[in-house]
Amino acid sequence: MHSPADRPIALAVRGLSKSFDRPAVDALSLTIYGGEFYALVGPNGAGKTTTLRMVVGLLRPDAGSIVIGGIDTLARPEDAKQITAWLSDEPMIYDKLTPFEYLEFVAGLWGIDARQAETRARELIGWLGLAPHAHERCEGFSKGMRQKVALAGALVHDPKLIILDEPLTGLDAGSARLVKNVLRERVAAGGTVIMTTHILEVAERMADRIGVIASGRLIAEGTLDELRHMTGKTATSLEDTFLTLVADPVAQAVAAE
Amino acid sequence: MSQPATLTWLAGHELRLGWRDWVSLMTAGRRSRARTVAIALIVFAAFMHLFAYWIVAGYADATVAADTATLVGITGTLLLSWSLLLSQAMESVTRAFYARSDLDLILTSPASARKVFAVRMGRIAAASVLVAVLLAAPFIDVLAMRGGARWLSAYGVVAGMGAVATAFALALTIALFRLIGAKRTRLIAQIAAAVIGAAFVIGLQIAAIFSSGSISRFAALQSPWMLAHAPNTHSAFWWPAHAVLGDAHALVAVAAASFALLAAAIALFSGRFGEHAHAAASVGSAVVRQRRSLGFRRRSPMRVLRQKEWTLLLRDPWLVSQTLMQILYLLPPAVLLWVTFRDATGSYVILIPVVVMAAGQLAGGLAWLSISGEDAPDLIASSPIPAGRVLRAKIEAVIGMIALVFAPIVAVLACEALSGALVSALGILAAAAAATLIQICFRTQAKRSQFRRRQTSSRIATFAEAFSSIAWAATSALAAAGSWFALGPALAALGILVGVRVISPRA
Repeated sequence: MHSPADRPIALAVRGLSKSFDRPAVDALSLTIYGGEFYALVGPNGAGKTTTLRMVVGLLRPDAGSIVIGGIDTLARPEDAKQITAWLSDEPMIYDKLTPFEYLEFVAGLWGIDARQAETRARELIGWLGLAPHAHERCEGFSKGMRQKVALAGALVHDPKLIILDEPLTGLDAGSARLVKNVLRERVAAGGTVIMTTHILEVAERMADRIGVIASGRLIAEGTLDELRHMTGKTATSLEDTFLTLVADPVAQAVAAE
Repeated sequence: MSQPATLTWLAGHELRLGWRDWVSLMTAGRRSRARTVAIALIVFAAFMHLFAYWIVAGYADATVAADTATLVGITGTLLLSWSLLLSQAMESVTRAFYARSDLDLILTSPASARKVFAVRMGRIAAASVLVAVLLAAPFIDVLAMRGGARWLSAYGVVAGMGAVATAFALALTIALFRLIGAKRTRLIAQIAAAVIGAAFVIGLQIAAIFSSGSISRFAALQSPWMLAHAPNTHSAFWWPAHAVLGDAHALVAVAAASFALLAAAIALFSGRFGEHAHAAASVGSAVVRQRRSLGFRRRSPMRVLRQKEWTLLLRDPWLVSQTLMQILYLLPPAVLLWVTFRDATGSYVILIPVVVMAAGQLAGGLAWLSISGEDAPDLIASSPIPAGRVLRAKIEAVIGMIALVFAPIVAVLACEALSGALVSALGILAAAAAATLIQICFRTQAKRSQFRRRQTSSRIATFAEAFSSIAWAATSALAAAGSWFALGPALAALGILVGVRVISPRA
């Protein structure tokens, strides 16, 4: 991997904080570069989803700043959203629309030229294996199918930054591979992908850099080798490295074995 | 502590789930509200007793040796109440069939599925009986206070009615499963439940209008034709009425027959419950193909949003039936108008408040669906459309739908009197806009499928919506009649909106 520093910054987060009953995200800072695949990992309740929901404008931070592609999201949220896509772990689509209609709706929301959007939608429907179901209502779809429709919706407006929260949860092996391939292609084409995942193997194989978050703070960040170096164990898997980094007593015990 | 998997153990489990469901429904999931809810329930019970006193105190002297008119009146009232109980029981039974929650657990456990489902049906029956008893309690209490303890036997009759309603609901729903299959049963059963609840009342009102020109459903029950054709006072047909009046023998017979019928229904159908519930659980995989679209159309984001709301509503027959059900209630006043004023001029004035009231109620439902019942909130919120414009598009979708439904009525009114049509159009717009604003103030995130439970998310919003519609209806009626008194209810309607804005969680 080339040094990312010479690339434009796709996302810059500074001192981001959010509290509910207790602090969920605590003065978190993060820099992600264009054309980078970044995986955010951490234990349950670490603040990964809250961080990403603030980045895409679904939650308002208590403090801090978020800049996407040079656009301050708090000052110009619509401009930032125009180049961003969000995909949550639970695919939110409309049961009574077909995939084709759903993509037309999303393209309309993003104000994409109809002809261009249709071409792109047909490509995505083909890539994701949705063609036989393109004109069926989504209400009978499996979780994997719904996730593919939602992913197509995230890509139809050709975003520069794609943010995904646990996109592979509940997908079968074939669908998961398809989604991973589509994301890789996006990165190869210069897009930026940020993804949270509990499947550490996915982060290990796909991500250029990995951020480890615990208790709302970014406790470590870097390539897999850099993370291993931080723990002082160069031959361990990401799982061992992760468990050591998050310093959970149980996790540490497992990692020590 | 009973042994696991026995009837009593299962009943205890169902009772605990039922209690927690009820508490959650009442407190909207917030335990801190428990005290407020308790106080509200006490106030409501006191109010209902006062209301009951106003309605039934004059009938407390009726004796066991009642005449035909009294027996017809009591039996008619029981039948009216029973139709509502049947409607409620059908809703519960249908919900139980389609609730997948613990179906797999039950069917894969070594416990007898028949026993488990028998207990579940018992729970539905218990809930029906409880609802019946609670609703009737203020009336029975007032009658007992005024006319003596003999009236307390009415509790037994009402409990029996709840049991019979559940037995019929089970039989009807199972019959629907067998006749039209699991795929269509849900929709048909829910529509049937709503129609059963409304049709009997509406039918009696229309009969009363034709026979006496009154909208009171009791006018039909007390009509000479009805009294002349009623069975004689010693007929078994009147046993429930005799039981209500304190006849112990009739009470024992009615209660025993009711609960025997329920037991027979449970014994007969509990074996098939699992089979039908399983069929219901696999309904989701049905494929609905839409006509192929010609291609993406060039539209503004606002238009895209409005179109989405209309498409989602029009493709959901259950939602359409639920939202338009209120139009059914327009029938009696419309018939009354036609019968009473068909030869008179100026009759349209009577229709205006009914139409305005219906518009307000319909707009409230549509606004909830559009604003709170958004199934892809993250998609909308992460799109580059400012939240204000999204909201505006949704409001336009609601008002557009209201315009579509009520334009023909206003057009007909315009043929009668242009000024009346103008007043009703303004009234419809005001009532719809007010109901929509109330929904905006109390909006929450919910699934469209939760539409039937929308009232529980905010009772204040529900009451405000109803009172606002009533106030705009009164304003329109008075304005159409050319009275300056129209300003009174108009100010009240505006006051409701100000109040809602002040207490809104979003203020």
